[in-house]
Amino acid sequence: MTPIEIEIQVIAIVVSVACALPGVFLVLRRMALMSDAITHTVLLGIVLAFFIVESLSSPLLLFGAAAMGVLTITLVEAVRRTGLVREDASIGLVFPALFSIAVILIARFAGNVHLDTDAVLLGELAFAPFRRLRPGGIDLGPRALWVMGGILLFDLLFIIVFFKELKITTFDPALAAALGFSPIVMHYAFMSIVSITAVGAFDAVGSVLVVALMIAPPAAAYLLSDRLWVVLLLSALFAALAALTGFWAAWLADASIAGSMATMAGIFFLLAFLLAPERGVVAGARRRARQRIAFAQLMLAIHLFNHEDTPEAEEESRVEHLGRHLRWRPDFARRIVRRAVAADWVHRVNGRLGLTDRGRDAARTALAG
Amino acid sequence: MNLFRELFFDYTLRTVALGAGSLGAVSGTLGAFAVLRRQSLLGDAISHAALPGIVLAFLLTGSKNTLVLVLGAAVAGWIGMLFVLSVVRGSRIPSDSALGIVLSVFFGLGLVLLTYTQRLPTASQAGLDTFLFGQAATLLMRDVAVIAGLGAVAVMAVAVFWKEFKLLSFDPEFGATLGVPMRSMEIVLTTVLVVAIVIGLQTVGVVLMSAMVVAPAAAARQWTNRLGRMVLLSALFGAAAGVSGALISASTRNLPTGPTIVLAATVIVALSMAFAPERGLVWAGIRRRRSRRAIQVDAVLEDLFALAQQHEDGTHGHPVAVLEAMSGGRTGVEATLRVLESRRLARRLPDDAWALTPEGLREAEARRSTRSSTA
Amino acid sequence: MNAGAAIEVNDLTVAYREQPVLWDVDMTVPQGVLAAIVGPNGAGKTTLIKAILGLIPKAAGEILIHGQPYAEQRRLVAYVPQRGSVDWDFPTNVLDVVMMGRYGALGWVRRAGRREREHAMAALEKVDMVSFADRQISQLSGGQQQRVFLARALVQDARVYLMDEPFQGVDAKTERAIVTVLQALRAAGDTVVAVHHALQTVPEYFDWVMLLNVRRVAAGAVAEVFTDENLRTTYGGRVPFLNGAVVEGAA
Repeated sequence: MTPIEIEIQVIAIVVSVACALPGVFLVLRRMALMSDAITHTVLLGIVLAFFIVESLSSPLLLFGAAAMGVLTITLVEAVRRTGLVREDASIGLVFPALFSIAVILIARFAGNVHLDTDAVLLGELAFAPFRRLRPGGIDLGPRALWVMGGILLFDLLFIIVFFKELKITTFDPALAAALGFSPIVMHYAFMSIVSITAVGAFDAVGSVLVVALMIAPPAAAYLLSDRLWVVLLLSALFAALAALTGFWAAWLADASIAGSMATMAGIFFLLAFLLAPERGVVAGARRRARQRIAFAQLMLAIHLFNHEDTPEAEEESRVEHLGRHLRWRPDFARRIVRRAVAADWVHRVNGRLGLTDRGRDAARTALAG
Repeated sequence: MNLFRELFFDYTLRTVALGAGSLGAVSGTLGAFAVLRRQSLLGDAISHAALPGIVLAFLLTGSKNTLVLVLGAAVAGWIGMLFVLSVVRGSRIPSDSALGIVLSVFFGLGLVLLTYTQRLPTASQAGLDTFLFGQAATLLMRDVAVIAGLGAVAVMAVAVFWKEFKLLSFDPEFGATLGVPMRSMEIVLTTVLVVAIVIGLQTVGVVLMSAMVVAPAAAARQWTNRLGRMVLLSALFGAAAGVSGALISASTRNLPTGPTIVLAATVIVALSMAFAPERGLVWAGIRRRRSRRAIQVDAVLEDLFALAQQHEDGTHGHPVAVLEAMSGGRTGVEATLRVLESRRLARRLPDDAWALTPEGLREAEARRSTRSSTA
Repeated sequence: MNAGAAIEVNDLTVAYREQPVLWDVDMTVPQGVLAAIVGPNGAGKTTLIKAILGLIPKAAGEILIHGQPYAEQRRLVAYVPQRGSVDWDFPTNVLDVVMMGRYGALGWVRRAGRREREHAMAALEKVDMVSFADRQISQLSGGQQQRVFLARALVQDARVYLMDEPFQGVDAKTERAIVTVLQALRAAGDTVVAVHHALQTVPEYFDWVMLLNVRRVAAGAVAEVFTDENLRTTYGGRVPFLNGAVVEGAA
C-alpha cells in the first residue's frame, strides 16, 4: 500500500466514524429524513460562504453550513406550523428548493472552480491527500484529516459531555422537559452538530452519501443491541469497516470511493437485518416457528378446557374438528396432538381427546395470566 | 411572447415543453395521493433508488434508449420500495431510517456503477450523468413519446381505480370491509407512482424528482377541498412548473433543468400558500388583524361608555392616559380612538381628551344590551 | 351452527406476536338485538370487531354471518370505525364520505351517480345531517363526525352493523340521535353490535351484552348477564362506579 492509499483510508475511516456517531441519535430520534434534508442544504451554505470568502478552505464554510442546517430546520418547522402542509411534505418542499438554488448557483457562477455539480454528489476522497495543511511550510498531512478529525473529536466530546441529556431527550422528551432540560435546545444543538459533520464530510463524500454513513451503520448496530453505548461503539465499528471495505472495492472496480463506502455500509446493514441474533429476519422466523408450535399446543389445551363438561364436548374434542374450528391443516393438527400427547397434556380415548391434569393446569395458568 | 413563437417553430423547445409538461402532469396527479397518504418522501427514496437501475440497464443492453433506461429505473425503484417495506415490517428500524438507507445506499451503488462505466473504453456512457440533475435539452421526440405514453397509462390507472384509490387514501380499513382488495390496490398505486417518477428522471434528474411529487400536490391542496379538483390542479401545476422550468433551462446556458423546474414548482407552492382563498396565509393574516381591531374598537368604546356613565354629562372628555390604563397598558389605544373618530363615534376634545359623540353613546348602549341578551 | 344467529363466532383466537389478545372466544349474537361488547382496556374488544371483519389475521376460529362464512356475506355487514381512525383533514365533504359506503356495491370502474347521491342523502336524513352535505369534513364536530360514519354505514343496506365505540366523545344530543337510529334498525330486524365504553348506559341502550376480557366472561341478555358478579370477574375486581344500573345478584 502506498502512503497515499493509507492516507485515503485513514481519512475515510475518520469521516465515516464521525458521521456514524451523531447518526445513532438521528436513527433513534427518527430524524433520518431531516438529516437527508440538511445534508442537501449544507451545499447552499457552502456555496454562499464560498461567494463571500472566495475560498474553499475557509472555516467560514463550516459556520455557513451550521447556520444553513439550523435555517433548514427552522424553515421546515415554519412551513409545518402554518398548518397548510404536513411534516413529511414540509421537508420535501424545503430542501429541494434550497438544494436547487445551490446547484444553480454553482452551475452559473462557480463553474470553473473546484465545485461542480457532479463532484457535489461524489465527493473527492481520492484527491484529499493532495490538499495538505501547510502552516508555515510544514507538512502536517492532508487537510481533510485535520478538519474531519477535529469534527470527530468535537462530536465525540459532545456525545460524552451531553450523554445523559441526549439519552433522556431521545427516549423521553416529556421527562426531560419536566427535569428542566430543554429538549428544544438540545434539538437545535444536535442539528448543528449534524450540519457541521455533514459539511466536513461533504468534502470527502459529497452531499447525498453522507446520509448513508450517518444512518446505515447505526441502524445495523441498533439491530444488535439495546444499550446506547454499545450501539455507539458498534456503529463506529461498522462505519470503519464500511470505509475500509469500500475503499478496497472501489480500488478494485476503479469507481467512486464514496459510492463504494455507502454501498458497503448498506451491505453491512443488510447482513445485520438478516442475521442479527435476536432481531434479525432469520432469527425471527425461527423463533416464530417455534412459538407457533408451542402456542398451538396451548391453544389445543385451552380449547379442550373451555369445552370440557359442556354439551359440545363430544364434538369439540374430535381430532377432525380441530381442522375446522381451529383452522389447522390436518397434518399440522396431527403434529400438535402428537406433541401434546408426548408432553402428557392430552390423551386419546376412542378418537376423542381428553385433557390430563397437567394439560388442565397448563390451560388454567395461561387463562389466568 | 417571443418564447411562444419560438415554441411553435423550434423543435427542441417544443419537444422539451411537451416532455416536461407531460411528466409534470403525471407526477402532479400521483403526487396528490402520495402527499395525502403521508408518503411524500417515499418518492425521494424511489427516485434515488432508480439510479443503479438506469446504469445497469445501460450496461446490460448497451442501449441508451429511453424506454430501456426507464424500465431499469422502474425495476430498481420498485426493488428499493420493497426493501423499505420489508425493513419496516420485519424489524424495529423506523420507517424514516429505512427510507434514508435505501435512498442513500442505492444511490451510492448507482454512483459506483456510473463511475465504473465512465472508465470503460466505450465512451458512449456520456449522457448517463444527465440523469443526476436532469437535462431537458437532451430530450428527443421519441423520448417524449415514452414519457407521454407511460404517463397516459399511469393517469388512466388513476381514472379507472379512482374510487379504490380514494378509499385507500382516506379509510383503507373501511375499504377492506367493503370487499375491495386494499393490499392489491396499494401495490397498484405504488407501482403507478414508480412509473410517474421514473418517466421524469431524464428531465428532472434523480436527486430532485421527489419535489415534483410533493410540490404541485401541496400547492393544489391550498385551493380546493375536493379530491377530484385537487388532483386536476396538481396535474396542472406540475405541468406548468415542468414547462416553464424546462423552457427556461433549455434556453439558458449553464442551467441544469432539474433545479430550474423545482424552483418553478416551489414558487407555485409559495404563492399558493400565501394567496389561496381560504387557506392563504396573507388572507388569514388580514382576517386576524381585522378581528383584532374589531375587538379593540369594542373594548375602547366600552371603556369610554363606562367612563361617561360616571358623569352627568355623557360627553365629558377623558385623557388618553386614562383609557390606556383601563386597557391594561395595551398599545394601540390611540389608533383605535382615531378609528372611532373616523366612524364619528368619538371625538377629540381640546387638551387631548376624548369623549363619545351622541352617536357613540347610542352605539355603546346598543352593544351592551346585545351583549347582555346573548350572555 | 345456529342458523338464526346474526353473528356466530367460534373458537376465535387472535395473537399479536405470539401474545394472545383473544383466547378461544365464542359468541352467538341473535338477530334483531342491540348488542354491546364491554370490558376493560386491552380486553380485545376492538380486536374482536376487527377479527370478525377480517381486518386482522386470526390464529384460530371461524366467523359466520347469518349462517354463512363472513367472506361470502360482506354485503350484509357494515362497519362504523372509531373516529380517530381517519385523517379528517382529507379533502372531501360529508356527502362524498357517505357515498363511499356505496363503493362496494358499485364494483369496479363504475362511478357514483345520481342514484348513489340520493341514497346518501336519505342516509344523511336519518342522522339529521342533510344540511351538512356540502361541508368539508375538517369542519365537523366529534358528534357530527360520528353521524357521518353512521350514515356511511346506513347506505350499505346491511343487516348487521359493527360499531367501535360509537358514543365516545359525542355530545348528548348526538348520542340520543344515534340511539334512535339504532333502535330503528332493530325494529327493522337488523342487528347492531357495538363496542361500548360507558357501563352506565348499557341497560338503557342495549338488550344483549358480551363481557370480554381476552376470554369471554359471559354473554347474553342484559337482564340476565349484566350482573355485579360478572362485571367484577370481567374487570378484575375493580368495577367502575355504576350508579345502581346493575342487575342485582342473579345466580
